[in-house]
Amino acid sequence: MNAPKNLLTEETSRRAREHRLAKIRHEAKEHGQVSDFTRLSERDPLSKAELTGYYGTPVLKRPQWTIEIPLYFFVGGVAGAAALIAAVGKLSSADTRLVRQSRWLAAIGGLVSPALLISDLGVPSRFLNMLRVFKIQSPMSVGSWTLVAFSNSAVAAAVLGEFNKRRGGRLVNVLTDGAQIVSVLTGLVLATYTGVLIGATVIPAWNEHVGTLPIHFAASGTAGAATILELMGNESKALNRIAIGAAAVETAMGVSIELSQTPPSESLKSGIGGWAMRGAGVLSGPVPLLLRLLALKSRRSRISLRKAAAISSIAGSLLTRWAWIQAGQVSADDPSVPLQLRRRVSSSGDGMDDHENQKDPR
Amino acid sequence: MSGTAFLTDSTLCIGCKACEVACKEWNNIPSDGFDWKGFSYDNTGSLGHSTWRHVKFIEGGVVAGLGGNSPDLLSWGFSSDVCKHCENAGCLEACPTGAIVRTEFGGVFIQSDVCNGCAYCVVACPFGVVERNPDAGMAFKCTFCYDRQKEELKPACATACPTESIKFGDIDELRGEAEDRMARLKQAGFNDVYLYNPQDSSVGGIHAFFIVRGDPERYNLPPSPEVPTTYLRKGWVSAAIGAGLMLAGTLFAFGQDK
Repeated sequence: MNAPKNLLTEETSRRAREHRLAKIRHEAKEHGQVSDFTRLSERDPLSKAELTGYYGTPVLKRPQWTIEIPLYFFVGGVAGAAALIAAVGKLSSADTRLVRQSRWLAAIGGLVSPALLISDLGVPSRFLNMLRVFKIQSPMSVGSWTLVAFSNSAVAAAVLGEFNKRRGGRLVNVLTDGAQIVSVLTGLVLATYTGVLIGATVIPAWNEHVGTLPIHFAASGTAGAATILELMGNESKALNRIAIGAAAVETAMGVSIELSQTPPSESLKSGIGGWAMRGAGVLSGPVPLLLRLLALKSRRSRISLRKAAAISSIAGSLLTRWAWIQAGQVSADDPSVPLQLRRRVSSSGDGMDDHENQKDPR
Repeated sequence: MSGTAFLTDSTLCIGCKACEVACKEWNNIPSDGFDWKGFSYDNTGSLGHSTWRHVKFIEGGVVAGLGGNSPDLLSWGFSSDVCKHCENAGCLEACPTGAIVRTEFGGVFIQSDVCNGCAYCVVACPFGVVERNPDAGMAFKCTFCYDRQKEELKPACATACPTESIKFGDIDELRGEAEDRMARLKQAGFNDVYLYNPQDSSVGGIHAFFIVRGDPERYNLPPSPEVPTTYLRKGWVSAAIGAGLMLAGTLFAFGQDK
C-alpha cells in the first residue's frame, strides 16, 4: 500500500489544493452539485477517517530551523572531536604541529558555532537569555551551557598554547592543560548532545532513532575533525586510524537506517531527503573505508587515496546533518504516525467490525 | 491536577468561528492571510502562531441527525481546537530560556519578552500547537487568556461562544460535567460520542478536553500523545556511549604509535 504521506505531501501542496478546488468548482458549475469532494484522493482505498485523519493535514509542526542548524551540528561535532584529538595528541606526545592545528580547529569551531546558533534565533539579540536558567530536562539548555564552556576553554587552550610556545612557564603550562581538559569534557558532550537534541522531540523519524543518533553524530563529527586535520597536511597514522574507525561506525549506521522498517523510518528513505540520507551514508561509510584500506596496501597513491577519503567523509558528514533535518520535515508532515493510522488500517484488515462500517458508510 | 480548564463540546458547536474571532480580537493576533483550503468550511487550517482557536469541519457519511433534515446530506461535525495546556508540557520542558512557564491557573504560558525564538518548543509539542512567528521571531500559542483569568474573567473564546460549546471552569468540576454530558448524550442515542482526555499517556492529563463524535483521530487528536522528555534517558545513554567510543578510539589510535 502506498504510504499516506506521499498522498499528503502532494495533496497539501498549494498547487494540488488549487487544482482540487478548480475541479470542485467546475463540477458544481456543470452539474449543479458536487459528488465526492470529501475524498482526499482517488487512490485512497479506505474512507478518509481511517487513513488520513483530518483531511490529511499534519498533526505536528515542522521543525522551523534554518540551514544554520545542520551546519552547526557539523561544526560543533568537528570542534568537539578536534579538542579531543588535541588533548590525546599532546598526551601521547604526537608532533606539535598536529596538536596546535587541532587546538585551533576546536577554537575556530567554538567561535563559529555560537554565531550559527545565534543567527538562527528568532530574536538574535536575546541570545543571552539561553543563560537565564539551566534545565537538565532540556537538551537545548544543556547544549547552550556546554557550548559556552567549550568555546571559552577551546579558545583559551589555543591562545595559551601559542603563548606557551613563545614564553613558556609553569603557570601557563598548567592553565593550558586545564583549559584543554575542560574543552575535551565539554567537547565530548558537544559532539554527541545534538543527537539527543533532535532525538528527544515529538518528530517520529527522530525519536525513533534517539538510541543511535548521538553515536551516529559522534562518529560523523570525529570523522570530520580527523579528515579536516589530514587535509591541513597532517599525515599522522593516528588520524588515519580514527577516520577508519569512524567510517566503520558510519557504515553500520547507514546499514541500520536502510534496514529499519518501522513507519517513522520511512521518512528517512523517501524523496530527496531519503537519497541525501543514502548518499550521506555511502560518502561517510563504505567509500572512505574502502579508500583507506586501499591506501594501506598501495604505497604509491597512498596520500591521494587518503585525501579522496577525507573529502568524501567531510561531504558525507555535512550531508548527514542536512538529511536528518530534512527527514524531520517530511516526518512532521505525516499524520499517520502520531494518529497511529496504519496500526488501525492493519487491524481493520483482519476484519472491520460493524461499528466501524456504520460510522462511515462511504 | 488543579486549576482551570476548557471543555469543548463539539456536539454543541455550530461552526460559527466566533471563538476564533474573539481570540484574535482580544489577543491582538495578526491576520494569517486569506487562503482557500478546500477542506469543507475550514479555511484556517491548523493551530499556529497566529491561530490559537481553530474550528475544524469534519464531513462524513450520511448519519441520521447529523446532516440537517435531509436524509441524503453529508454529516457535518464541528470542533474548536485549542492548546491542550498539558500537565507535563513538552514545550515548557524544552524551553531553554525559561520563557514558557506554568501559571497559577494551571495553564502553560509563553512570556514573549523572554522568548528568543530558538524554536525548540515547536518540535516538543505532541499536538503541533506552538509555532515561531517568522516576523516577530518569538514563539506563540494560546495564553489561556492569562490576563483575563487574572481579572477573574473567562477566556475570550469561552465568553464569545454562543452555544456554550466551549465551557470554562474549575478542572475537577468540568471533568464531572464532561462525564454527565457523555452519559446524557449516550442516553439520547449518540453512541459514537468520545471524551478526549488522555490521562494515561506521558502528558499526564490536559487542561483542555473535548467531546467529539466519531474517532478522535478524525479531528487530528493523537490517541497517545507523548511528552518528548520520555526519550531523554535513551538519548543520553547513547550520548555517553558515543562519547566513550570517541575517547577510547582516539586513545587507541594514538596509543598505537608508541
